[in-house]
Amino acid sequence: MTRRSTTCRSASVAISDVLGPDCRVEPQKDNDKPEKRLTDFVMIEFYLNGEPRREAATPDTSVLELLRNHLGQCGTKEGCACGDCGACTVAIAQPEAATGDTLVYRTANACMTPAHQLQGCHLVTVEGLAQGDALYPAQSAMVDCHASQCGFCTPGIVMSLFALHEAQRAHPDRELDDHRLEAALGGNLCRCTGYRPIRDAALTMASQPDTRPPWADDATLATRLRALAATTPAESATSAPSTEVQTTADAPHDALRDTPSDTPSEAPHGTATAGRYAMPADLATLIRLLRERPAARLVAGATDLWLETTQRLQPLEDLIDVTRVAELRQLDAADDGWWIGAALTYHELEPLLATHYPAFAHLLTRLGSAQIRHRGTLGGNIANASPIGDTPPVLLALGARLRLVSTAGEREMALEDFFLDYKRTALAPGEVIASIFLPRPDADLRLRVWKLSKRREDDISTLLGVFRWRKDGDRLRDVRVAFGGMAAIPLRVPAIEATLEGQSATRDTFTHAKQALHTSLTPMTDARGSADYRLAAAANLLERWRLTLDGDADIATDAGHVIQNAMEVMLDAYAH
Amino acid sequence: MRTLTKRPFSAARPETASSSETTPSHETAAAGDQDVLTREIEHGATVGRLEGDEPVARERLVPGKTTATPSHNAPDRHRHRHAHRHESAIKHVTGRARYIDDLPAPGDALHAIAGLSPVAHGRLTRLDLEAVRRAPGVIDVITAAEIPGHRDIGPVFPGDPMFAEEIVSYVGQPLFAVAATSYRAARLAVQAASVEIEPLPAQLDPVAATDAGEFARPSHEQVSGDWHQALAEAPNTLTAEQFVGGQEHFYLEGQACLALPSEDEGVVVHTSNQHPSETQKLVAEVLDIPFHAVTVENRRMGGGFGGKETQAAPWACMAALFARRTGRAVRLRLPRAEDTRATGKRHPFQNRYRLGFDDDGVLLGGDITLIGDCGHSPDLSEAVVDRAMFHADNAYSLGAARVTGHRARTHTASNTAFRGFGGPQGMMIIERAMDDIARHRRLDPLTVRKRNLYRAGRETTHYGQAVDQHPLMAEIIERLEASSDYWTRREAITAFNRHSPVIKRGLALTPVKFGISFTAQHLNQAGALLHVYTDGSVMINHGGTEMGQGLHTKVCQVVARELGLDLDTVRISATRTDKVPNTSPTAASSGADLNGMAARDAASQLRERLFDFAAEHYALDREGLRLLNGELVAGVGEVTRSLPWGELVQAAYLNRVSLSATGFYSTPLIHYDRDSGQGRPFYYFAYGASVSEVRVDTLSGEYRVERVDILHDVGDSLNPAIDRGQVEGGFIQGMGWMTSEELRWNDAGRLMTDGPATYKIPTYGDLPQVFNVELLEGHPNSQASIYRSKAVGEPPFMLCMSVWSALRDALSSLVDYRVSPALDTPATPERVLMAAEALRQMPAGPGASSS
Repeated sequence: MTRRSTTCRSASVAISDVLGPDCRVEPQKDNDKPEKRLTDFVMIEFYLNGEPRREAATPDTSVLELLRNHLGQCGTKEGCACGDCGACTVAIAQPEAATGDTLVYRTANACMTPAHQLQGCHLVTVEGLAQGDALYPAQSAMVDCHASQCGFCTPGIVMSLFALHEAQRAHPDRELDDHRLEAALGGNLCRCTGYRPIRDAALTMASQPDTRPPWADDATLATRLRALAATTPAESATSAPSTEVQTTADAPHDALRDTPSDTPSEAPHGTATAGRYAMPADLATLIRLLRERPAARLVAGATDLWLETTQRLQPLEDLIDVTRVAELRQLDAADDGWWIGAALTYHELEPLLATHYPAFAHLLTRLGSAQIRHRGTLGGNIANASPIGDTPPVLLALGARLRLVSTAGEREMALEDFFLDYKRTALAPGEVIASIFLPRPDADLRLRVWKLSKRREDDISTLLGVFRWRKDGDRLRDVRVAFGGMAAIPLRVPAIEATLEGQSATRDTFTHAKQALHTSLTPMTDARGSADYRLAAAANLLERWRLTLDGDADIATDAGHVIQNAMEVMLDAYAH
Repeated sequence: MRTLTKRPFSAARPETASSSETTPSHETAAAGDQDVLTREIEHGATVGRLEGDEPVARERLVPGKTTATPSHNAPDRHRHRHAHRHESAIKHVTGRARYIDDLPAPGDALHAIAGLSPVAHGRLTRLDLEAVRRAPGVIDVITAAEIPGHRDIGPVFPGDPMFAEEIVSYVGQPLFAVAATSYRAARLAVQAASVEIEPLPAQLDPVAATDAGEFARPSHEQVSGDWHQALAEAPNTLTAEQFVGGQEHFYLEGQACLALPSEDEGVVVHTSNQHPSETQKLVAEVLDIPFHAVTVENRRMGGGFGGKETQAAPWACMAALFARRTGRAVRLRLPRAEDTRATGKRHPFQNRYRLGFDDDGVLLGGDITLIGDCGHSPDLSEAVVDRAMFHADNAYSLGAARVTGHRARTHTASNTAFRGFGGPQGMMIIERAMDDIARHRRLDPLTVRKRNLYRAGRETTHYGQAVDQHPLMAEIIERLEASSDYWTRREAITAFNRHSPVIKRGLALTPVKFGISFTAQHLNQAGALLHVYTDGSVMINHGGTEMGQGLHTKVCQVVARELGLDLDTVRISATRTDKVPNTSPTAASSGADLNGMAARDAASQLRERLFDFAAEHYALDREGLRLLNGELVAGVGEVTRSLPWGELVQAAYLNRVSLSATGFYSTPLIHYDRDSGQGRPFYYFAYGASVSEVRVDTLSGEYRVERVDILHDVGDSLNPAIDRGQVEGGFIQGMGWMTSEELRWNDAGRLMTDGPATYKIPTYGDLPQVFNVELLEGHPNSQASIYRSKAVGEPPFMLCMSVWSALRDALSSLVDYRVSPALDTPATPERVLMAAEALRQMPAGPGASSS
């Protein structure tokens, strides 16, 4: 459900699998035209740029398809259909208890957002910002700074700037620093400008004329959205189709246009997909639905699941959406830690982690992009069980536990017992991850989280090393070492931990740790890096750890140099 | 002279349109000129900078830097006389700019998708598409057998079948195509194909292909002087090999087209395409119909970079064939992964040098071999490898040298044009050599570079062209050396590295000399079509295409300038083959050079025609006529008279004067003789240089590009805002090529990095903390190019080489600068770490060599 399985075969998946569905060499048996099925359209009620909408869409329809194909709103572009380029960035606001009547707009990749998740939301697109000819500040700043060249990524960038500008309006005292700019724009690729003029636009938009969109500052909008949300209980969404309209997923786009319709025999084929989309509001309903519909797929942020339809054309015709299940959206503090609802997004976890585990919080800034972090969930990242998911190695090192719930009841499990093999977990049929327990850190707990990737922003880990310990004089205690990208699953490496536990942080100790690493891990070679590189880099992360431990002392290094006090052992941009 | 009365002309100058009838307009005009002059003088103080164009972000963000608060008064920013915004800027930011897949189509439009080969090389023994035909929504299926005309759509040489027939040559090669009622239906239907391919050995190694004589085109040589003797007598020689990786274009708008059947036997094809005329030709040949039955149109592309010069045509041919067969409109757009697999990229190169030099590091001569990995067919590889050869010297005199270019044929997608067109890959080998020679002689690499620049007495290239304006190269380097504080920073960095075992900093300055012209002589021509309507509004059309580079803006500026009009009066329409025929691709950085001149020709013809008319009709002195600020101005001094443009146009129309003109241009002077490998292939050279500083973590291979200084030569800029955008964007795109953009194929020849999840182009955070970019001013083009400007599309791309050289510099410090490490590109964190590990294994002490 979260970043990223389809595009990240780091472990044991056969290379040939990457060929994709369009290139099969083997003959296909099933040549028969599938029986025509009535398409189950489910209604979605939402607001688009201030206007109420009621649209019917199949469960596998994305917000991008809804906009471009159904509504003829082509300002939002498709660049990759896999959530990596940001050309389709839109902003979505959902009424929140914490913010009252003020709607908070968050960016999302429309290509990976299920249209049904718009239920009760306000969707803002690039078409909705200008007041007639008067441009919204993000737009006029982009024009003045010469920040568009080919213009194809521009609508997405404008939407990211829109969300940033609105956040800035709400909190004008917050400094617009590098960190915030990178967080706001890191998920929008531009191939033409080199970003400098976009940076200038971001920094100067506040001084543009403060044109407001026509729907902005409409306090009743939040109220109307709440009303919509209230009228969509889970049951109605799971019931029979409310309409028997039959059409193709792409056709309505064209049907809006100029010429008469097709011959009836041809129109309804193709993409009609029977389907159901349920959006339960509580855990009991969720697990009941899951028992009744064992073939249904769970969807939360959809940032990984949706690749199955956009990239691999797999049907997603029966979806159970967990994003509105109250129990999965809770954050419960306990004396010894927190129970984190599985459907809380990375974005929502940032404040908690920033306070208690800054290194973990910093990792999140390099997990996907803002568009992804606004939607991807912690539970999804775990359930997805990718060997290169970013949070599992950290959670493993911190001793996280899971609460699993099914109609049979609930059970707790240590996270390290959860991952069985490549993309295989201990989750039983009909069972969901309800919450994740994160232990509260005590004062002497230390944590380092180091992610290596080809590109710093919006990239998937080539490998991820996590080191947790307590310092006891010059000795290391309670050492936990976990890696991602080094095996078929994210894992702790007890052999390394054993070489370090209770030892002082000498070069000899770490030489043993590196030897243990080499004997216990056999990473693979893939598009992100070779096995040799992974091993060398992982060993060097141990070396980096040693150097940071002994930053106060002069230590002779392998190269024969003498390390000065407070020497740099890593780049600021990666330090956390 | 009789008094000329004014008529309102809203299109040209709304603010003066309703002014009083007897306003002596020349005063306004003179005041306007004065204003411009004043502004230009003001600008003189900060040479090469636009007002308000400084990189405001880092100025504000970097602590300790001067807090130059940017001007926030929007209308005042970029007030440079020619720094007009992009003609589509407002449409871009509001989502109103239409790209191919945004165009409305008839309700019964079909969606086409191609079925691609899963095998790199093999014999196609069975292609059973029965299940595809019966798949839901499928209306038509085509293979090679359904093509009425030409089946080979190779752009220059044959070798690119529209659909593979007997032999399959790469993973991603189209085998057939499907048209269905929806995009998804077409994509699903393709999966139902039953394909059997008997595998043949696939050649995936360009060096092995070269050794085996497997070439896409014959090899070519350029020789100057006795290179054998030069090498034999040189006191020092070095040899090295350098792999230079390819690059995916990653245009944000993928390949896309929309074909509409016309009422005769033809089609209208909207396509995201840099070469409409060639697509027109290929579509006509595939359909076996005359060229005039095919109209190809493009308003704008969502990026091209060379990737839509030849690679856009196959899809247009498929859509057109479906459109003719079904009588329905057909959309075809490639999903990103298929786009990446099916279309060619920048050529990877494997380069070698053996060079002799004196003790000062000055080249005496040698032998350079360039092997371009062409993929399965010639495409444009003949010219790409030629251009690599033409640039194997970059800015340096090679001495007595031989440059050999091989065009290796491998079983991958056919590599194609990409910004720089082989030039960057060629330059890399000599920049590699400059660093290597410097370490060998224990000199600073910049010293060696400067000593080897073209200079008086050493100004002729290995292909016989004299380098004009070569002093400009030295001047640019000297100015940049000073403005970037090169030597002070060099000292500081060396000192830092001595005491920092893990983090190493690196610094490098690399120059660029890039030849401007198509090396295929006949392509150096362009046409334009200019209409003036009776309200005075002007429509210009030309053969170039807009892919974001601002060509349309520049051409509108040329027309406005020639006719003395406000830019708003001039509008440009989509590039269409039925408006300006037989055009060249928008490529080789030549868009503005060629089409600007053609537009200028059309505008000046029309202007002269209007002068002839006005002189006679109003009995004015023909010699003193000029068009200024939306008016015809006659006479000088006290006796000037003026007539609003709109009124002039009306009068001309009523007097039956044609208000339409075609323009044409062909580049003079250029020639190249392939038999001798000598000539003057370039009309002129564009110059530039960059200084990059990097900070490398030698334990992880991670690095940051912290500061970049650029000084670049665009002659007299047509539009400094746009040119600066080209310089910055080109640099960052090049930086991606040098660093994070890695193409990886598996052993079966399948591209593993086929989308943005695995193929990493630079993102926002990769922008250097300090990025000082200046355009060189005061040096107009020595050749009579459009307003003495210089081409700017490609040359800045190669400024990126300083990033790679700086990484080598940082790594070199691990061994006290005794050697320059081999560092293939892209220099990913993995390659940087592995290079660092290799250096750490090296025995200490002098004498180690990079060869």
